Formats: sequence, structure tokens, C-alpha cells
Amino acid sequence: MNRRSSWALPYAIFLVLFVALPLILIMVYAFQDGSGNFTFGNFTKFFTDADAIGTFALSLEVAIENTILCILLGYPAAWILANKKLNRSAVTIVLFIMPMWINALMRTLATAELFHMLGVQLGKGTLLVGMVYDYLPFMIYPIYNILNKMDKSYAEAALDLGATPWQVFWKVQVPLSMPGVTSGIMMVFMPTVSTFAISEFLTNNKIKLFGTIIQENINSSMWNYGAALSLVMLVIIGITSLLQDNKEEVGGGTV
Amino acid sequence: MKESKKIIEFKNISKSFGDKTVLDDVSLYINRGEFVTILGPSGCGKTTLLRILAGFGTADSGQVLINGVDITDVPPHKRPVNTVFQRYALFPHLDVYDNIAFGLKLKKVPENEIDKRVRKVLKMVSMNDYEDRDVESLSGGQQQRVAIARAIVGQPTVLLLDEPLAALDLKMRKDMQIELKEMHKKLGITFVYVTHDQEEALTLSDTIVVMNEGKIQQIGTPTDIYNEPQNSFVADFIGESNILNGKMIKDRLVEFVGHEFECVDEGFGENVDVDVVVRPEDIYIMNRLDGAQITAKVKSCTFKGVHYEMFVDTDKGYELMIQDYNAFEPESEVGLIIRPADIQVMKKERTCNTFEGEIVDETHVRFLGENFECKAHGLEAGEKVTVQVAFSKVDLIDHPEDGMLSGDVYFMLYKGDHYHLTIMTDDGDHIWVDTNDIWDKGDLVGINIAAKDIKIVK
Repeated sequence: MNRRSSWALPYAIFLVLFVALPLILIMVYAFQDGSGNFTFGNFTKFFTDADAIGTFALSLEVAIENTILCILLGYPAAWILANKKLNRSAVTIVLFIMPMWINALMRTLATAELFHMLGVQLGKGTLLVGMVYDYLPFMIYPIYNILNKMDKSYAEAALDLGATPWQVFWKVQVPLSMPGVTSGIMMVFMPTVSTFAISEFLTNNKIKLFGTIIQENINSSMWNYGAALSLVMLVIIGITSLLQDNKEEVGGGTV
Repeated sequence: MKESKKIIEFKNISKSFGDKTVLDDVSLYINRGEFVTILGPSGCGKTTLLRILAGFGTADSGQVLINGVDITDVPPHKRPVNTVFQRYALFPHLDVYDNIAFGLKLKKVPENEIDKRVRKVLKMVSMNDYEDRDVESLSGGQQQRVAIARAIVGQPTVLLLDEPLAALDLKMRKDMQIELKEMHKKLGITFVYVTHDQEEALTLSDTIVVMNEGKIQQIGTPTDIYNEPQNSFVADFIGESNILNGKMIKDRLVEFVGHEFECVDEGFGENVDVDVVVRPEDIYIMNRLDGAQITAKVKSCTFKGVHYEMFVDTDKGYELMIQDYNAFEPESEVGLIIRPADIQVMKKERTCNTFEGEIVDETHVRFLGENFECKAHGLEAGEKVTVQVAFSKVDLIDHPEDGMLSGDVYFMLYKGDHYHLTIMTDDGDHIWVDTNDIWDKGDLVGINIAAKDIKIVK
């Protein structure tokens, strides 16, 4: 090992201890029963438990709804922020990004208090509002970034070739900003699938998400079942990030 | 109906960004089918003018007409022009075919017609086998061809080209120049080409429009522009030249570098100060001294490939640049001859600095935003006057903070025995200075004017 590559050693140790090892442990636990024998039981238990599947489906549904809401709200916001005519100061961007500086749990608790104060019934509606509030900056930022860096000659070229401003937007600027949108999706969709604190605070545990079930199992020492559920979630996240990789090769954009 | 010859007309176009005037009352027309090049240094307003024609920029005042129709307020997507952009601006999310078909698809041209036309232009730019390629996998030259194909497939009335070859290497640029010229002949449409490269302009154009500081300096054919520059800026910008102060003694007789020469120019008047341009290849150089108009001593001799470039000091102390196929040794005595037809005499744009001013008190006058000390003048305070300062009486100093005014060297011209500088003050005013000191373009300078050198004219 030469001198240079020995610098990588601390990082290698870190990766092994905190990434590779836990993953291996999850794999091992997921395929064991309580007394350490190899089994598929944890998975059959999950796939035959209507409640668990229902929670899983609900989690995906909430995550998808949250992501769609974030795109619908975040894209126009990013567009306005990146438009030099509409937004002349960098301060407004900071204002949009600032919530990211505050711990998500504190923001969620504050949101829950706000609903209490206003007398709003906690439920799926408040859950979605809270989630959009928490994750919107993660959607805005990558889209803003890519729109901001986009060469304005693309838009001019499209205008020049006869596109109306509306066509320029749909046929050039939206496709070119897709890498930003996929980054945003990754940053919003993946954490919402596994979230549990937000649903706990914002629905008073009325709605359980997949993350909540994992947390409950682990908390009540059902390590093997919890690990199996985590593995299912990892697979889902793995699939979505594969989609992202493909997109980036096509779009060639960077965020 | 007989079509008018003029296809594009700019009428009194002015444009400024902040307090910087980019286009100053530009009027210009372009004839149908011409290859017109707008040529000038960076910041001269040429790109702004093109963008106003394409519709990406709006003029503060003035009109743009295409085919006699006022299009000043027509948005870019409704104008009958297409543009080849400096950095191509090919859509990275579309392949070569879809980039070219983009405009046709928007116009709802039938699929088979699109196919036919895309293939035709691809063939024209010699890119037939590239239709499925990702545009980002193409080389600069290939991207350029696709950009040209995309701009001409819609059969525009006018094709605009914004420094399209600037990003290519020299060899590729030369090849593309020839191809562009052929394409212009084949298509028969009007090309408006913007560049800062004078050689490119001379090679390609039917007509060259030379611009500087937001104004048109000269319009003419490449040979006109080269052989008969109308002012020292054009002479200096196009090709190499010796630009010298001269005096028109009478018709057909001009004096410069301390000698009198026969020339072909008339109508300047008698004993009038002029600028004289002699191209370095138009000076005959020989070892024989008898029969020569001027004698000179060779200072340096450099081989330039086709010719040698020599600098000589004349008997009266002027430096001249000479290009010749034969080399003359440094330190050797040579004789020079300049033929009457090779002397280009130009009216001087100005003979001294002239400023608008106002009397402050008995010994002070205000101009260029400062109060300058001056000689007693006997005029009332507040009176509007004209202030004149000779070019050679402006002092330039190294430290901008030590001057009454500060500015930077904006343009310089060597006039054989001194430099003629254009100084741009921090407020954007021009001061012209004759000096023997050597400054560089962009140098920051302080500017002082002595009281005795300020001439006040009522």
C-alpha cells in the first residue's frame, strides 16, 4: 500500500463499521428466527399479514402523494426563484432553504402544536401537510440549482426556431430540468417511505407508516422481523435509486 | 410585384445597459441575398445589434424592418429569421435528428416532409450518418454543423450567425469558412454574420459593416474596407497598417514622415491635418538608396512564413512596418518607395480634445465632472464654455489616485513616432492623448491637465 492510498484507511474503516457491517447484520437477522436458525419465516409473516401489507401500501401511498405535492409546489417555486426577472435577490432563496437548517423533529413538533392551537383534527391531512412542509426544500433546491445553471441560450434557440414561450417551457426547460426533479424525488420519496416520527407526532399515532412498524418491532426486541422489514424497504429504495441512475445517464445533468 | 432590394433595415437603433451606451443611433440596411458581416472588437455592440434583429433584445429606441414590415415589437418566435448560436445551443435532451426537426415539428409540418427536409440539410452539412447520435457525443465542428442544419431547415428569410466559428480550432475554422460561403451561394438567403475576426470577415463577406463603440465606422466591400479605410480605427482593426499623422498640402500632395508624397486624394483643402495609412506590403524596400523617396535603417527582420516583417527607422525618426518577400539585414541602409495609389488619406476625426464646460470662478473651470485650475479668462461664473486641450498636453501618470481624473487605456494606435491613446475615464468619457511613453491596453492611469494647457473657447 503506498502512502497516498493509506489516507483512505480511516474512511474504509468507517464504511466497514457503519455501512457494510450493519447491512450484513440486517441480512443475517432477516433470515434467522429468534433462536438463530435460517428461515424465510420473517418474510412469509410479512407477506401474509394483511395489516403489515396494508401499512406498507399506505406508506408507499403517502410517500407518493407527498412527492407529487412537493413537485407541484416545488417546481413553480424553484422556477420563480431561478428567474432573474422575478427574483432579484439571493435572500429569498435562503428563506426557502432555511427550514433545512432546523432539525426536522423540532419542525414537526412545532407543526403539531400549531394544529393543536388551530383546533385541527389530526389525521392523514395533517400528516401530508407536515410532510410537505418538512420535505419541500429538498425538492426546491435541486430543481432551483439546475434551472439556475441552465444556459439561457437553449430557451433562446427554441424561441428562435418558432416555439412560443409556453412550448419553450414544456419542450426544452422541463425536459432539461428533469435531473433536478429526479434528485428531488430521491431526496423526498426515500426518507418519507421510512419516516416514523412525523406520523407519530402529526397523527397522534392514528396512522402507522412502515417506518413506525419497523421501529415498534425493534423497540420490542423483535430484531429478526424488524430486520426483514428493513430489508424490504431497502429493496424499494434500491429500485428507486436505480431509476435515478438511468435518468442521469440520459439527461447528462448534474445537481 | 417587384421585391425591394432591401431585406433588413435598422432605423436609428439606440440601446444602453445602465449608463453604458452600446448602440448609438445605428442605421443600416442589408440587401436581399447578401452575405453581410458585422465586424468589430468585443463590446462594440455587434452582438447586441444581432440580438435585436433576432428579437432577444429590445432597442431603447428605433425600428427594425424585415421585408419592409416593422418587426420591432414582434416576439422572436414569430420572426422569419433563424440563428446559429455562438456555443451552438443544441438541445442536449434530443438527438441530432430531433434537434434539427424541432422547429418543423412545432410548425406541424407533416412527418414525411420533416423527414425529407432533415435528411436534405444533414446531407448539405455532410452529417448524413449522424441523425441518431446524441449531440453531446459530437465534436465541436460536428455540433456546429448540426446547429447550422437546425437553423436552415426551416428555410428562414435571413440566417443570423453569432461568431459561429469562434470555438473551433484554426484548421477547422478555415474549412468551415469555405463551406459557409458555398452554403450561402446554394441557399441564396441573406446571411448576417457577426465576428471579431477581420480575416474571417474579409474571406466570407459581400459587405462588411465595421463597428466600434456602438457606432458604424464604415460599410463596404472587403476590398474597399481594406484598401480605403475611412478612419484610423478601421485601418488599424483590419489588417496591419502604418497609421501616421500627415498634412494635405494641396490636392494630390501629402506630407508625412517628414517628406512630401504624391497621392491620388483630392478635396481635403490646403494645409489640412490628416491621417495617412500605408499598408506594410505597399512599401517598396530596396538596397539602392538613389531613386528612393525615403532612406531608412532596418531595425528588425522576422520571418513570417510567406513574407518577412521588418521594422525600419526612417531618416526623420519615424518607425514603419514593412512586409516583403526578401529579407533585409538589420542595421542595413535601405531605400523606400511608396506609390501614390497606395497612400490612403483620411480626414482626422478630431484634432484636439473638446469638452463641454462651465466657468466656476476666476481661475477654475468645470468639465468631465471636476473643477480644473485654468488661466484667468474674464468670464462670468456659471457661463457655459467649450474647453479644448491638445492631445500632447494631457499628462498620464502611473498612479490613478494622484490624478485629477482616473481611467484606463482603452485603445492605442502607434503613429510612427508616438502613441495616440484613447483613455476611457471612470465616468465613461473619452480623452485622447499623444505620448511617447509606452502604455498597455487596460492600464489604469491618472490624468492631469496643467492650467496653462486648458484653452477656453466661449
